[in-house]
Amino acid sequence: MFSRFVLFLSLMLVPATQGLAQIPMGEPSTGKEGLDIGVSTNEIAITSDFRGADLTVFGAMTNADDLLLAIGNYDIIVTLEGPRDYATVRKKERIFGVWVNTDSMIFEQVPESYSIASTRQLDDPTQLPPINTAGVGIEHLALNPTGYIRDVGELSDFRAAYRRLKLAGGLYQKEASGVRFVSSSLFRASLRLPANVPDGVHIVRAYLFKSGTLLTQREIPLRVVKTGLEQAITDTAHNQPFAYGLLCVLIALVTGWGASIVFRKD
Amino acid sequence: MRLFCFALSGSTVTIYLPIAELSVNIFIILGMGAAVGFLSGMFGVGGGFLITPLLIFYNIPPVVAVATGANQVVASSVSGAITHFRRGTLDMKLGSVLLVGGLGGATVGVWIFSWLRRVGQLDLFISLLYVILLTTIGGLMLQESLRAMRKAKLNQPLPLRRPGQHNWVHRLPLKMRFKKSKIYLSAIPVVTLGFLIGILTSIMGVGGGFIMVPAMIYLLRIPTNVVVGTSLFQIIFVTAYTTMVQAATNYSVDIVLAFILMVAGVIGAQYGVRVGQKLRGEQLRALLALLVLAVGIRLAIGLFIRPQDLYSVAVGGIGY
Repeated sequence: MFSRFVLFLSLMLVPATQGLAQIPMGEPSTGKEGLDIGVSTNEIAITSDFRGADLTVFGAMTNADDLLLAIGNYDIIVTLEGPRDYATVRKKERIFGVWVNTDSMIFEQVPESYSIASTRQLDDPTQLPPINTAGVGIEHLALNPTGYIRDVGELSDFRAAYRRLKLAGGLYQKEASGVRFVSSSLFRASLRLPANVPDGVHIVRAYLFKSGTLLTQREIPLRVVKTGLEQAITDTAHNQPFAYGLLCVLIALVTGWGASIVFRKD
Repeated sequence: MRLFCFALSGSTVTIYLPIAELSVNIFIILGMGAAVGFLSGMFGVGGGFLITPLLIFYNIPPVVAVATGANQVVASSVSGAITHFRRGTLDMKLGSVLLVGGLGGATVGVWIFSWLRRVGQLDLFISLLYVILLTTIGGLMLQESLRAMRKAKLNQPLPLRRPGQHNWVHRLPLKMRFKKSKIYLSAIPVVTLGFLIGILTSIMGVGGGFIMVPAMIYLLRIPTNVVVGTSLFQIIFVTAYTTMVQAATNYSVDIVLAFILMVAGVIGAQYGVRVGQKLRGEQLRALLALLVLAVGIRLAIGLFIRPQDLYSVAVGGIGY
């Protein structure tokens, strides 16, 4: 299906490239660069054997300047943001030899999961500064503390800890050079959803940068849903907790009672 | 039923736990349930005090481990209680009085549990309670069983441990007559014991038999033959109640995890009982004591060694 889409796109783009070829080299192309993206699926199902999933985002740049493209002045970054929620970061300290949570900080509305793919290494020191200010990338996600803060000086430590732990837990992922150009204007990005990906509405965002300046961005929602039995269990547990608890107890009673019958010796 | 398909087809070994929200290796969970079931059958204990720490060691969130552990104990206690009921070694009246305290304790326990979770001290508190209880009880059991083994070696008859028929417990008011147990006892210590065990059930996910049985024998002087059956009777109801309350307040009972543990547990228990009958009582108790101590020490190490990362992240803010 994907290859057919590529074929379709490339057929459509043939006249455009032919048109561009007639423009003398070095002369800037008329029209603003644009970006279009599509996702291999708009729904990811979490089944009982879910071990994570791969998401392919493909897209096309329109009105790209061939020269700038050739020298690599365009950068494409694709991100997948999970549903947002508050996050509490706690810090342990040693009290009488035992490690106890003593300090905490709450960050408001941060994505529960975040993966990023880019044409170039994002933490490259040669990276142009404007990319950094766009709030794109794990290092540049806004982490705003809320509530009472005991020590403002510790804020950066808590922010660093949040990013480190999310990366270590696999919920935040950075895949450098995960965006590959299939042709001069077609690109493909691979993003990985971890096994513990939260369900809810995720957002696929693609950003186009020219010489480090954000030109345009596109976004597509991606739904991650628990399916079948998983969905039914989660729904019941949260919407009818009493019935759910009763069911758990009944299953336990039947299992225990059944065992006493099956294994009865007399 | 789809669960079975996945387990039997062998096409995959991971299973997604909807409440714990993570994928686990189904064979590890089955093995865990079977091993604990085997031990519980062998030693005649509920096994909740082993299941919960094991689940925590396997990275199941403690919140889910405790609530699911309580659910699993319901299943493992039912078959035992049925056996005792058939044999007539179950005192319903005594069990009911214990239960009154137990339900009150479980309610208070779940309230404490939710509060600890909110302030971020739940994991520490669960570990601390386990370390204190497991090392104390494991130590006492080991000491007692070693003494019994030495006595057996010297061919001395074991003294019946019933020194003095009365202690302070028997001078309390509100006395009740328990016909089956053939005792006349104040309701106060019985309700209090039930209450304390109820708190432990909801915070630790255990049945509490390993505390209740010695307390009933040595403190309340209840005849040994009815103690196990009666404690199992009360454990069923308190753990069932705890499962319900945990499901309603913390949404933390994982039915898939609980079911796998239960099935593996009840089967493992059958084999454990057979092996247990071949081993000598004091040797069995010494083995159990060592096991309890080992789990306690493993948890204690976790409290004292410097964690890999001093920080931790939880989804949600205050009041989630």
